[in-house]
Amino acid sequence: MILAAVFLSMLFLFPMWQITLLAPQYPDGVTMYIWINKLGGDSPGTLQNINILNHYVGMKYIEPDSIPELKYFPKIIIAMIALAIGAAIVNKRWAYLAWAILFVVLAAAGVYDFYLWEYDYGHNLSDNAPIKIPGASFQPPLLGTKMILNFIAKSYPHTGGYFAGAAGGLAFIAWWLKGKIKN
Amino acid sequence: MKNLIGISTIIAIILALGLGLSSCGNQSTEKPGGSSALAGDVASQVYVAPGEYDEFYGFFSGGFSGQVSVYGLPSGRLLKIIPVFSVDGEKGYGFNEETKPLLETSHGFVPWDDAHHPELSQTNGETDGRWLFINGNNTPRVARIDLTTFETAEIIEIPNSGGNHSSPFTTENTEYVVAGTRFGVPYPQKDVAIDSYAENFKGMLTFIDVAEEGEMEIGFQVLLPAFDYDLAHSGKGASHGWTFFTSYNTEEKSTLLEVNASQNDKDFIAAVNWKKAEEYIKEGKFKEVPARYAHNVYDEHTHMATSTMKETVKVLVPSECPGLVYFLPTPKSPHGVDVDPTGEYIVGNGKLSADLTVHSFTKMLAAIENEAFDGEIDGVPVLKFEDVVGGVVKEPGLGPLHTEFDGKGNAYTTFFISSEIVKWKVGTWEVLDRAPCYYSVGHLMIPGGDSKNPEGKYMVALNKITKDRYLPTGPELCHSAQLYDISGDKMKLLLDFPTVGEPHYAQGISAGRIMPKSKKIYPIEENKHPYRTMGEGKARVEREGNNVHIYMTSIRSHFAPDNIEGIKVGDKVYFHLTNLEQDWDVPHGLAVMGANNAELLVMPGQTETLVWEPKQEGVYPFYCTDFCSALHQEMQGYIRVSSRNSDIALSWSLGEDEEVQ
Repeated sequence: MILAAVFLSMLFLFPMWQITLLAPQYPDGVTMYIWINKLGGDSPGTLQNINILNHYVGMKYIEPDSIPELKYFPKIIIAMIALAIGAAIVNKRWAYLAWAILFVVLAAAGVYDFYLWEYDYGHNLSDNAPIKIPGASFQPPLLGTKMILNFIAKSYPHTGGYFAGAAGGLAFIAWWLKGKIKN
Repeated sequence: MKNLIGISTIIAIILALGLGLSSCGNQSTEKPGGSSALAGDVASQVYVAPGEYDEFYGFFSGGFSGQVSVYGLPSGRLLKIIPVFSVDGEKGYGFNEETKPLLETSHGFVPWDDAHHPELSQTNGETDGRWLFINGNNTPRVARIDLTTFETAEIIEIPNSGGNHSSPFTTENTEYVVAGTRFGVPYPQKDVAIDSYAENFKGMLTFIDVAEEGEMEIGFQVLLPAFDYDLAHSGKGASHGWTFFTSYNTEEKSTLLEVNASQNDKDFIAAVNWKKAEEYIKEGKFKEVPARYAHNVYDEHTHMATSTMKETVKVLVPSECPGLVYFLPTPKSPHGVDVDPTGEYIVGNGKLSADLTVHSFTKMLAAIENEAFDGEIDGVPVLKFEDVVGGVVKEPGLGPLHTEFDGKGNAYTTFFISSEIVKWKVGTWEVLDRAPCYYSVGHLMIPGGDSKNPEGKYMVALNKITKDRYLPTGPELCHSAQLYDISGDKMKLLLDFPTVGEPHYAQGISAGRIMPKSKKIYPIEENKHPYRTMGEGKARVEREGNNVHIYMTSIRSHFAPDNIEGIKVGDKVYFHLTNLEQDWDVPHGLAVMGANNAELLVMPGQTETLVWEPKQEGVYPFYCTDFCSALHQEMQGYIRVSSRNSDIALSWSLGEDEEVQ
């Protein structure tokens, strides 16, 4: 269970999600990294470059300061790490299960929130957009690969995300092992 | 006149016969060097598929264009023209305020030069891909190009020089690049009769110290007789510590040199022991003499060049510094001087000689040791020809100019008059192969061919005359480069391609030594330009008397501000454009109607300044010149010019009802 806490803390060391845009004139791709507490890219200019692309079709500027989740998500994760350590100290089966269920609920809420942001960016377009394509949306995929105009958009978890997923898995394993040892 | 024509006809017949013989009966009705001169499927050897990279960078001097052109080899594709000594409207080089100081000299702003010899920096005798040096021949200068940005980073003027031709050949670890004068000039420069040449004129050899970060400084100069110092190369390996300069006009004449400077049977190669020179400098045995020369440095963070006038230079006089310089007699006006990869052999390409003379460094040291001198000239001991000559290539061709090496024990020499390259073996001096050039080859280049470690796969011939080689373009025709495969026993012509200006010399280097270090953008946070604008919100216009400073930004696809009012006739308007882009290959240009200079072409993260002096009232458009995006055509704005005594206030904006603040 301690390992679950350690894995979860990896969210502060690695991005949890990445969205990559690929097109012939972007040979290196444009990759945005979503961290638990910030947005980044494969270069300091990445966010600006994505915003420049987005402005053609009237998408809103992605401003890390205007995304409150980047402020309170880290607090939730810290709380979950503390609870994981607490569960380990209590060392009871119910504690592990409770933590695991809570984690799944929070993770699901997080993913849904991510989807809402994507939907908002992809659909809430400026009326003054230089390029308007009737009926088109520019929402990147939640998970997977999708064509958006001339770009291939890929959305997949990054190292931090995999660690967080594994943390949830570990909690269930801890719950299961605890039951097994008792028997 | 009739006689001359007769003689030249006879020479032409001899040349034709010579070519006929050398091509071994490969007679054809096609013009020589047509497709019949190509063996097998050579197209695939120079074909670099779309999207693939060339194996080598080739840096070709532009000669009278004053610039450097960068080619990919083996494809011969032109990649970039780097402005160095000549203004270039395409890039605003020498027109924008930031680069003007690079072209300052003691004669004021000199917007053109004749660029001859590119030279890559070396570490342990190998090309290292840090910098490219090149000489300006006319107003003596040496430039350094930074190979992370492919931009001119520095230019230093050479004092006491009259034509910087034997330059800027480097030493093994780029301790120095050199600059020998081709034309003797009065020393110090003064008003004297031209026919007092032998008495008042001198020839100066300059050693430019290159610091760790590349910055150049004149280390010292060596005062010699007023011969014409033609070319140079530094020793390597055993001969590291020495630099060799060829000379002609040892007759010291000032008129009709084609005759008067071709009389002596032998001219000299000056061997300079620069390690000895360093000792003499340390001992204080130099004269600090007055000399005005400009030193211009471009700062990559301020994106600006500054020009400083230097006042003195250290001069060493051979008669006071024994062991500093020796003269090696070398037949008939030697042109190139080329040192083989081991450092032992010094090839003196006597351009009017029937044979090719090769000196031995070991024999030279022995002759110095034995003090077997054949007199001395101005304190410089003259060695005996037979004591220093290491070998002779017998009757290899007519008019030898330059030699490069393949690292496999072979040398390749160009022959201008017989228009060919001859391959010969170092040590046995036997001729191995010959290949015709179309036409009249000057320099040749093998990547690393003048270093310790040549990459002997390709060879480039740089031809002076093209005549019928390409579609005609009126009286003025291009010069050309010819690419040969030299990986086998025989040289094999693969390709020829037109060049920019007149490429005298060239340098080649494996792409891998440069490509990984090539910059994509200038990080905006490192921009220290005094007139930078760090973000659209900071765009503004400020008036200081008649000077108006526009702090302008560009980002796809608009300028901020793009509407400016309150300018008056008689104002001097500075457009300081900061390109806020941080994406690869997104420069923005700026052109203003009626500007008397050029455009700006600003790289991502850079700031450049265009001065505009409106002469008439009106509203003038400005726009982006580099097709930057889908909305590039919309990237435009207006500047309003009112009468001199108008009271229209200075104002600026971007977008309707939005003041940029």
